Amino acid sequence: MFKRINAPKNGKVSFTFEGRSIDAAPGDTVASALMLAGETHFRDTPVSQSQRGPFCLMGVCFECLVEIDGVPNRQACMVAVREGMSVRRQKGAIGVEIE
Amino acid sequence: MNACDLAIIGAGPAGMAAATEAANAGLSVILLDEQPAPGGQIYRGIETVPEERRKLLGPDYGKGLSIAQAFRASNATYIPEATVWNINPDLSIDYSRNGGSSQISTRHLLIATGAVERPTPMPGWTLPGVTTAGALQILLKAHGGVGDDVVLVGSGPLLYLLAQQMIEAGGPPKAIIETIDRSHYLKAARHLPRALSALSYLRKGMAMMRQIRRAGVPHYTGARDIRIEGAQRAEAVCFSAHGRAHRIETTSVALHQGVVPNQQATRLLGCDHVWSESQRCFIPKLDAFFESSVENVFVAGDGAGIAGANSAEIRGRIVALRVAQKLGDDKGTQIRALQKKLSRDEAIRPFLETLYAPSDEVMVPHDDVLVCRCEEVTAGAIREAVDLGAPGPNQIKSFLRSGMGPCQGRMCGLAVSSIIAERRKENPQSIGYYRLRPPLKPLLLSELAQLEREPTRDEPL
Amino acid sequence: MNYDTIVVGGGLVGAAVAHGLGRLGEKVLVLDEGDVAFRASRGNFGLVWVQSKGEGMPEYARWSRHSADVWPDFSEELQEQTGVDTAYHKAGGVHLCLSEEAWERQSALIKRMHNVHGSDYGAVMIKRDELIKMLPGIGPEVVGASWSPHDGHASPLYLLRALHESITRFGGAYRNEARVENIEKDGSGYRVTTAAGSFKGAKVVLAAGLGNRKLGPLVGLEVPVFPQKGQILVTERTEMKFSMPTVFIRQTDEGSFLLGDSHEDAGFDLTSRTGIMADIATRAIRSFPFLKDLRLVRSWAALRVMSPDGFPIYQQSDSHPGVFSVNCHSGVTLAGAHARTLAPMIARGRLEEPMSAFSTERLNVQAH
Ligand SMILES: Cc1cc2nc3c(=O)[nH]c(=O)nc-3n(C[C@H](O)[C@H](O)[C@H](O)COP(=O)(O)OP(=O)(O)OC[C@H]3O[C@@H](n4cnc5c(N)ncnc54)[C@H](O)[C@@H]3O)c2cc1C
Repeated sequence: MFKRINAPKNGKVSFTFEGRSIDAAPGDTVASALMLAGETHFRDTPVSQSQRGPFCLMGVCFECLVEIDGVPNRQACMVAVREGMSVRRQKGAIGVEIE
Repeated sequence: MNACDLAIIGAGPAGMAAATEAANAGLSVILLDEQPAPGGQIYRGIETVPEERRKLLGPDYGKGLSIAQAFRASNATYIPEATVWNINPDLSIDYSRNGGSSQISTRHLLIATGAVERPTPMPGWTLPGVTTAGALQILLKAHGGVGDDVVLVGSGPLLYLLAQQMIEAGGPPKAIIETIDRSHYLKAARHLPRALSALSYLRKGMAMMRQIRRAGVPHYTGARDIRIEGAQRAEAVCFSAHGRAHRIETTSVALHQGVVPNQQATRLLGCDHVWSESQRCFIPKLDAFFESSVENVFVAGDGAGIAGANSAEIRGRIVALRVAQKLGDDKGTQIRALQKKLSRDEAIRPFLETLYAPSDEVMVPHDDVLVCRCEEVTAGAIREAVDLGAPGPNQIKSFLRSGMGPCQGRMCGLAVSSIIAERRKENPQSIGYYRLRPPLKPLLLSELAQLEREPTRDEPL
Repeated sequence: MNYDTIVVGGGLVGAAVAHGLGRLGEKVLVLDEGDVAFRASRGNFGLVWVQSKGEGMPEYARWSRHSADVWPDFSEELQEQTGVDTAYHKAGGVHLCLSEEAWERQSALIKRMHNVHGSDYGAVMIKRDELIKMLPGIGPEVVGASWSPHDGHASPLYLLRALHESITRFGGAYRNEARVENIEKDGSGYRVTTAAGSFKGAKVVLAAGLGNRKLGPLVGLEVPVFPQKGQILVTERTEMKFSMPTVFIRQTDEGSFLLGDSHEDAGFDLTSRTGIMADIATRAIRSFPFLKDLRLVRSWAALRVMSPDGFPIYQQSDSHPGVFSVNCHSGVTLAGAHARTLAPMIARGRLEEPMSAFSTERLNVQAH
């Protein structure tokens, strides 16, 4: 488990992951906030549906892909948390609405 | 479009120092960086990190603040949150920002995109809960997070630095599993005399090790056959050391085998690269002023070969002065002084490189290990394709799809070249690397479609 | 060691011919360059396409159609032998028209093709209302399309891999880093000198793509091929929606959309240019607006092997009996014909009908 060494001082940011409410600190990325909330499983691969989570946290590996407010395949480690955002696991290849 | 004198990609120590130096010399400078604030990887979050955390991260980290402040105070134009996705041969640069794409044009380009951690394919390395050591350092530096049962695996200075920082933060690692081959110590000893001229580095290293020992962190050496176990996520690390098998339970494994230059931009531009036997990675071919084989394209910082933050800063300044000189300003004396300083600072490198060279186990994994994490291609499949006649990484890529996923080969490129080299009994130099193409990062088609078009077919659509 | 045939070039053309020869029991050696080379086979769009091929040269239209006819069996046999699926789908294919002008032009083309080939030609024009049932997701600008049941698509990369695998399984050999420098007569056959040593063969097939231009004169052939650059974009993987390809957009078995492709006269330059990528993206979004929300993950540029009139060139040397050259810019489409029909002729030692139409004599006639 990961924990914060100091309680966040200047307020909190709340968002949801798979419907569960998560409290983050301002300055968190989606990936850091989820890791600090105990989440490790961010996506299922499109090739074999195996589970993956953040690996590099610096935008290189593309393992932390999630769906944010309906937009798929976003790098959780490169997106800052925003109040009220809805984050979901990226399940395999993305869906497309063709009509 | 109005071209600036110097465009810089990357706001780490090299990029910030170069921007400051060049702007102070009267050049027009634009610095692009993907992150929201300057600092790069080493000084990540430096402007905003709370005082107490900055102290705990140590004086080397704190040093970044003055570099960032000088950069902010300079006349350089800073464009944060800008993801560069293409660099054209005329040095026009496409970048994406806030959902739109823009282009800038420059007479000289400095690539200061730093290093990435060497990918370390091993059984279980794709399980959730397994990260790079760098990832946990970012979690600590930028977000103040630390784990309670982290097992560090690998070798290299960063591994011990992270351990020390975790201890300071009140979350010491559960264990350190070190993979250094015993032969490395003997080989490294040969470089000690030169390293002694960089005594401060050696002292710091020794202090770090003492602190880890004092904190009582179990430290295994000579580890081999490392395997991460777990059904859906990391549960334990297994390895053998000095003839005994070990299994350590953990939910968090952090891997590290040193860092290597980020080659994406230099490969895209077609710069020549050479294989460094001591660093076991490709390095762009550069002259004494860090200019690459492509005229007016420079590389500084760890992208020019791993040498750490101080060297990065010096290299950045050298490039800035060199560009000023090319534009007609005599900077010879200053440049020579910096080159001297640089050579002193780099004196420690041969020692570190030899001691912490990645083990063969990491460079050439077993057949069943996934090498390309995106497209899920194993080392065995790569060897089979070599046997079928694929001469190098580009043919391998087209046969197996390795390197075709969203990370665009960042995670598998070096391993693929190394595996082919081993199979063909050649040097990676002759094997080469993936050919890189835009986009350097995935790009929305809607963004691309907003740009000015160059139609090439004359029939009506 | 003496080979029955030495094939110079291991791209789709050389590999298809070598596979065809191996299938007939010949002992074949394929000589190829290294990892970085001008290799159209690694950079193409993967259409097996008939409908627009061969205006002005009926033999080419029929040749393309013949290839599409043998493709299903060709592909199935390859998979049985090698285990590699070429991802071939003969799902029919469409050429979308995004304006009345394009519709008129395409209708006229289809009509002319019908006049030459009769009802067997098989392509028809389809208005928007019908088309949208076959291809949901088309954009508001799409007026209609031409459609042919003979068209399809495959993975050119898996095709190449399957062919290479097959060549080895038939007992042939593939040598990389073996750029051919010289070809000389040697007794009743030929000695081929490469960077990796020299080899002897009774027959030689030049299938070196753009390299044929330089090799031809060594064996009494003039091969007037030149490069035409094409850029292609690839999106992230999405769930499978389309088995039917259009000329510029197709979904691969992996779920990515491939967006093609430019026609550039840029010599041997292979850089990817932003303005051209923007043009390709725009055309794709106008065809299928939903594509705008997808991300581009890769792109590349490759060189087509073009002849002056755009049609294939098949030659046999008069001065060097048993030496052939094969050149085309549709190596995926024609792979079936190359393996099943051309290779047997080469095995028998001479090009038979309908190949005479494809010699370079047609170009000389035009030049007068
Ligand atoms: C953008 C683009 C889109 C395309 N789309 C399609 C499509 O949808 N459908 C279709 O059917 N076709 C398509 N094509 C065409 C198709 O790719 C080519 O027709 C086909 O690949 C040509 O194959 P080749 O073997 O002649 O040439 P190449 O693939 O270029 O192979 C030539 C080989 O010869 C080797 N060589 C060269 N010189 C020597 C030498 N001296 N010694 C030894 N080896 C040598 C080279 O290394 C190379 O491996 C497209 C092409 C491009 C560029």
